[in-house]
Amino acid sequence: MGPNGAGKTTTINMILGILEPTSGLIKIFGKDLKVNRSEIMEKVNFAAVYAHMPANLTVLQNLQVFGNLYQVKNLKEKISQILKDFDLEKFKNDKVGRLSSGESSRLSLAKTIMNEPKLILLDEPTASLDPSVSKHIREMIKDYVKKNKTAVLWTSHNMREIEEVCDRVMFLSHGKILLCGNPKTLPKEYGKKDLEELFITVAREPLSLEDEV
Amino acid sequence: MKFRRIYSIFLRQLFLIKSNPVRLSSLFIWLIIDIIMWGFMTKYLNSFGQNVFSLTTVLLGAIILWEFMARIQTGIMMLFLEDVWSQNFINFFASPLEIKEYLSGLVLSSIATSSVGFLMMLLIAVPLFGYNFFVMGFYILPFILLLFIFGVAMGLFITALIFKFGPSAEWLGWPIPAFMSIFCGVFYPISTLPHFLQVLAKIIPPSYVFESARLIMAGNFNIWGNLFVGAILAVICLALAYWFFLKVYKHNLKTGAISRFSAEMS
Repeated sequence: MGPNGAGKTTTINMILGILEPTSGLIKIFGKDLKVNRSEIMEKVNFAAVYAHMPANLTVLQNLQVFGNLYQVKNLKEKISQILKDFDLEKFKNDKVGRLSSGESSRLSLAKTIMNEPKLILLDEPTASLDPSVSKHIREMIKDYVKKNKTAVLWTSHNMREIEEVCDRVMFLSHGKILLCGNPKTLPKEYGKKDLEELFITVAREPLSLEDEV
Repeated sequence: MKFRRIYSIFLRQLFLIKSNPVRLSSLFIWLIIDIIMWGFMTKYLNSFGQNVFSLTTVLLGAIILWEFMARIQTGIMMLFLEDVWSQNFINFFASPLEIKEYLSGLVLSSIATSSVGFLMMLLIAVPLFGYNFFVMGFYILPFILLLFIFGVAMGLFITALIFKFGPSAEWLGWPIPAFMSIFCGVFYPISTLPHFLQVLAKIIPPSYVFESARLIMAGNFNIWGNLFVGAILAVICLALAYWFFLKVYKHNLKTGAISRFSAEMS
């Protein structure tokens, strides 16, 4: 979590290997990302509000392209299952550009889990969705994580969402981790009513919290 | 390198072409117009009857080979632009896809699209204008190979420029084949050019193909030295273009341009 420009997307981009850190080393699954990027990314996937699936391909074509890209085994069966699980069967021959935001998000999520990743990066995955669709998306992610014991790094500005899905929360400001802890207990630890109040303090007065830390 | 990942890049292009007849027709419409226009022109010039060799073979053959090379170059550029327009870089570059696999996918797709154009040109030139594709015998194979390597090199170079300067650099890609045809002796011997341009022609690989083709038409089959130099130059161009692309890619990794690369950035 963190205000706009805090470094959330930058962090995700660095973990995805599309932005080189100015210093330091990123290790995922015990391996150096710079040296083993391709191997590591076979077990990682992501969804972001700004990462659109190619709009001029159909849902099915997108899943075929990305299934091959991630070398998914038994791709045909996998796609059938995913279309069913994400309620995308009736849209499978529709161009992605014609889908609604909710349908599009379900497709992004379908792509995200199709290689059965051990680490999922989600950059505001529910940002443009109505509360009902957001809830559905959250449930699908939680369900997948429970079944597959997958780690998720999730950025969001939705405090209730964070409380609902995260075991651990990190507040970023100006590229630094200011706070870290359980989203249910963290506000009380800093004398705040809830996550939202804590967020506002981080966004407006990060230095006051830095002193406390 | 994993073939399946290369195939996925190819598959994306195949789906795009399959699902849209306009995209399919774009592979050969201009080529058909070119071949018909040049076909009639050579027919007219041949009617003077003073030529020592068939202009159909020389001019039309040159057009076919040159367009094949140009199509490889623009093909790679267009496929890359497709990812720019659909803001797809982040999906591809944040996947296990390696940069050499991505480029191989573009080249593979470009081979397919330019082969369609090449075949279409032959289908018109052979029956309509009596063009004999096999008049140069098996020499046509090294000619095609050399032009292919240089076309890929040019395609990668232009693509790297777009990657560096943004989608507006696309305009550089379109006139380059026509511009280079002036120095490569596609339609006339290099000796026709002023001396300083002849020096320039000697460092451009396709010059060696078209000079060799003219030598064969004049009955001189001693062209291997020529082709060897051309091939070496083409491989050097390919290596330099690949190096340049990698350099731009690494620069974009540092600046964060990959995740923010879009048609609106320049």
